[in-house]
Amino acid sequence: MADAHTAHSGESHGSVGSYLTGFVIAVLLTAAAFGLVMAHSFSPAGTIAAIAVLAVVQVVVHLVFFLHMNGSSAQRWNVMAFAFTVMSVAILIGGTLFIMHDTAINMMSR
Amino acid sequence: MLGKLSWSDIPFDVPILVGTFAGAAIAGLAVLGLITYYGKWGYLWKEWLTSVDHKRLGVMYIVLALVALFRGFADAIMMRSQLALAYAGNPGYLPPHHYDQIFSAHGTIMIFFMAMAFMTGLMNVIVPLQIGARDVAFPFLNSLSFWMTTVSFVLINVSLFIGEFSQCGWLAYPPLSESQFSPGVGVDYYIWAVQLSGVGTLLTGVNFFTTIVKMRAPGMTYMKMPVFTWTIFCTTVLIMVAFPILTVALGLLGLDRYLGMHFFTNDGGGNQMLYLSVIWAWGHPEVYILILPAFGAFSEITQTFSRKPLFGYNTMVYATCSIMVLSLVVWVHHFFTMGAGPNVNAFFGIMTMIIAIPTGVKIFNWLFTMYKGRVEFHATMYWVIGFMITFTIGGMTGVMLAIPAADFVLHNSLFVIAHFHNVIIGGVYFGYVAAMNFWFPKAFGFKLNEAWGKRAFWFWFIGFYFAFMPLYVLGFMGMTRRMNHYDNPDWYPWLLVAEFGAVLIACGIVCQLTQLYVSIRDRNLAENRDLTGDPWNARTLEWSTSSPPPFYNFAVVPTVHDLDAFAHDKEAGIDTRAAGADYQPIHMPKNTSAGFFVGAFSLVLGFAAIWYIWWLAAIGLIGVIATVIARSSNNDVDYYVPVSEVARIENEHTRNLMAAQAAE
Amino acid sequence: MAHDMTVDAAHAHDEHHESPVVFGFWLYLMTDCLIFGTLFAVFAVMRNQFAGGPTGKELFDLSGVGIETAILLVSSITYGFGMISAHQNKLGTMRMWLAVTFLLGLGFLFMEIREFSHMVAEGNGPDRSAFLSSFFTLVGTHGLHVTCGLLWMAVLMVQSTGKTVLSERMMNKLTCLSLFWHFLDIVWICVFTFVYLMSVI
Repeated sequence: MADAHTAHSGESHGSVGSYLTGFVIAVLLTAAAFGLVMAHSFSPAGTIAAIAVLAVVQVVVHLVFFLHMNGSSAQRWNVMAFAFTVMSVAILIGGTLFIMHDTAINMMSR
Repeated sequence: MLGKLSWSDIPFDVPILVGTFAGAAIAGLAVLGLITYYGKWGYLWKEWLTSVDHKRLGVMYIVLALVALFRGFADAIMMRSQLALAYAGNPGYLPPHHYDQIFSAHGTIMIFFMAMAFMTGLMNVIVPLQIGARDVAFPFLNSLSFWMTTVSFVLINVSLFIGEFSQCGWLAYPPLSESQFSPGVGVDYYIWAVQLSGVGTLLTGVNFFTTIVKMRAPGMTYMKMPVFTWTIFCTTVLIMVAFPILTVALGLLGLDRYLGMHFFTNDGGGNQMLYLSVIWAWGHPEVYILILPAFGAFSEITQTFSRKPLFGYNTMVYATCSIMVLSLVVWVHHFFTMGAGPNVNAFFGIMTMIIAIPTGVKIFNWLFTMYKGRVEFHATMYWVIGFMITFTIGGMTGVMLAIPAADFVLHNSLFVIAHFHNVIIGGVYFGYVAAMNFWFPKAFGFKLNEAWGKRAFWFWFIGFYFAFMPLYVLGFMGMTRRMNHYDNPDWYPWLLVAEFGAVLIACGIVCQLTQLYVSIRDRNLAENRDLTGDPWNARTLEWSTSSPPPFYNFAVVPTVHDLDAFAHDKEAGIDTRAAGADYQPIHMPKNTSAGFFVGAFSLVLGFAAIWYIWWLAAIGLIGVIATVIARSSNNDVDYYVPVSEVARIENEHTRNLMAAQAAE
Repeated sequence: MAHDMTVDAAHAHDEHHESPVVFGFWLYLMTDCLIFGTLFAVFAVMRNQFAGGPTGKELFDLSGVGIETAILLVSSITYGFGMISAHQNKLGTMRMWLAVTFLLGLGFLFMEIREFSHMVAEGNGPDRSAFLSSFFTLVGTHGLHVTCGLLWMAVLMVQSTGKTVLSERMMNKLTCLSLFWHFLDIVWICVFTFVYLMSVI
């Protein structure tokens, strides 16, 4: 049975410590995002930028501490697939907004 | 109890459909009767319907694709005949209500069930063999994908006889496809059929990408991978990127129709232009999903029948990869006229034109492969050369359409129809038929008849030009697509020419059927049998095993030393098969009926949801979930092939090989 | 022979060690990313299409969203603890953590359904405006995923009952569900940031 488990050596499992570290950082980031919005301390544009950055950082924290993503060779294709997906999603969201925004202005429809 | 379904939904009053139904029923009963008469039900069930063997699934996919081709072509020739008649005072024989369903079904079936199924079939048969693998990464998912595709094709054909099909074109643009304007079940048939087949396609993408990344033979680095495998690799990436977008686009349309939401409606803040953007974000990668494997097949065939290695392997790989990425940033060229400003149109127009560069690189690579080669004009090679000529014309008209200013003139005209048939018939279909001719002996152990193959080619090739070149002209003359009737006397002769082309293509299809019949009849003649497993003196690993390959593909997993592994081994005198080696027991998956049942329950779910029979839909959904859980709880999914069985099969092939060598 | 050895070594060094099951599931998650990506794009286009109906600012209750977020975040580490127990072959502990995760997931779902039914009861259902259509669809798709995750978790708890060691197949399933569950949490980060918080600003 030991064999079956070493077969997973490519992925790291994480430890109680790493899960808790990730959890604490995630809680802080989430609290900061909610706090920023509820406190109304920044301008709307500033708040939007700030919570977007916080979200991206928190996504990375989750990927590293919960999904155990790392730069090891065993994970090369996982990371590449993820990077390609991020690129595709960026093209899709950016492209859709670009097209729809431009159309709305050009057609004076919104 | 039966939702919207009632007797009046069965179209007894349409003679064409009653006739079709009678014909289909008689043919179906005849097939079922023959299977029963010969007592083949057990064989069919155990060896084929529940099979997880990628080669058998591949064959079944291609059979499905050919059936879809007949259905789709029947629609096509009905449309052409309508337009050859419906001039001035003559209304033709198809009322608009019926005609609109026909062109919608033609597009949907040809793309999703002819081209996609054909492509998936080819990749199933060839890729694992070509990378020296014994199976795909997830054999059960492979069977499941097949059944999802099959039941969705069944669903689309059910719409012929129960209810109606969509009248909104093959992409069902809103607001026409919203319930306000299409209250019938047609669009629901469309949505469910495409969604269910999309599940199958997506799983195929995941499956084959994993297979290629994880299961290549030792030594096969990425730059030693055969070109066909490279193109499938890029195709699976595009499937994984594009098909989720299609799922969402049709899902949102479905939510509009079923739950009264306002994504694409005229009221409630909906935005039908968003649908165009989202669906074409799938739609454009989709055409590259179809064409890339054809490019791969052309590469393999050209190098084999030119008797020299492919010219510019590296550039071929880079071109394929750059097409893969570029295809994600061109989708607006399908709706330049929607109303976006010059920024958007210029960006997407330029990106579209850029794609012509890697595609041109490929054309030159094939030409240079043939240059100074000893080209053998085999029937397979006819399709390749026909492709190069036809596809280049289609590509050039594509660049014309990529110019937004020109597109404003040509959009929605028959010019567009001519263009995409030019690339899809001349590129995709010619490629798949060439691939079928090329790899047929690998799958079945005997060659396809060449004379009938060449006849089929000439009919298709000439028929294509007669059928579609007039449409370019008609596009310039201002004839729009999807017309049911016209009064312009200048169009009439061109439409007669197009009708003649469609008849020639029909002859081509008859020749293909004859080719299959003659080949199967003469399969045991010595000149048709493929005893060596390498009938064309080809270059890649799939030809190193027997034809048809044993179910485990390779008794000893080959080691790859170079690009074109088998050609290298033949020159170096290495026995790729390692005949007579110390065979090891081979780990193989067991057949399973779970894929069949998930498919069957999905069919029930889809049919019930189309007709608002909610209790039946619940049964279908629960059936799907229960089957998946049961499959997940079953631990008896694999077994080992004993060494004695491997040795018996391998020794038999060795004897065949020696007999074939002695005969030379 | 020496050549073959190096090929084999290179092969072993390559990516063939990791189970294809987990990798394949990762790819599936990537396709799921695109589903959510498309839904976010649609939401972004529709975010101001209120059609005279209520805006996000009038509808969303941030404290409820905060509690939902907290529940999901905690469930992420409880599942993580379950995986650690699974790797140590402590199946009883593993099932305990899975049960905790299951209950947390159920709690999340309960809150979401309550929020939805509340909105529908007030006449602000998904058919009210394009904004609400895209809101319900995006958040509902996430909720549907959570539901599937819970069903899957229940199945795995049942399948692991009575076992003393986890087979490789079972371990793969647990790993896949772990990826799925953590992935849903990542989607939720984007949901609470770009849907709830941004609508309220």
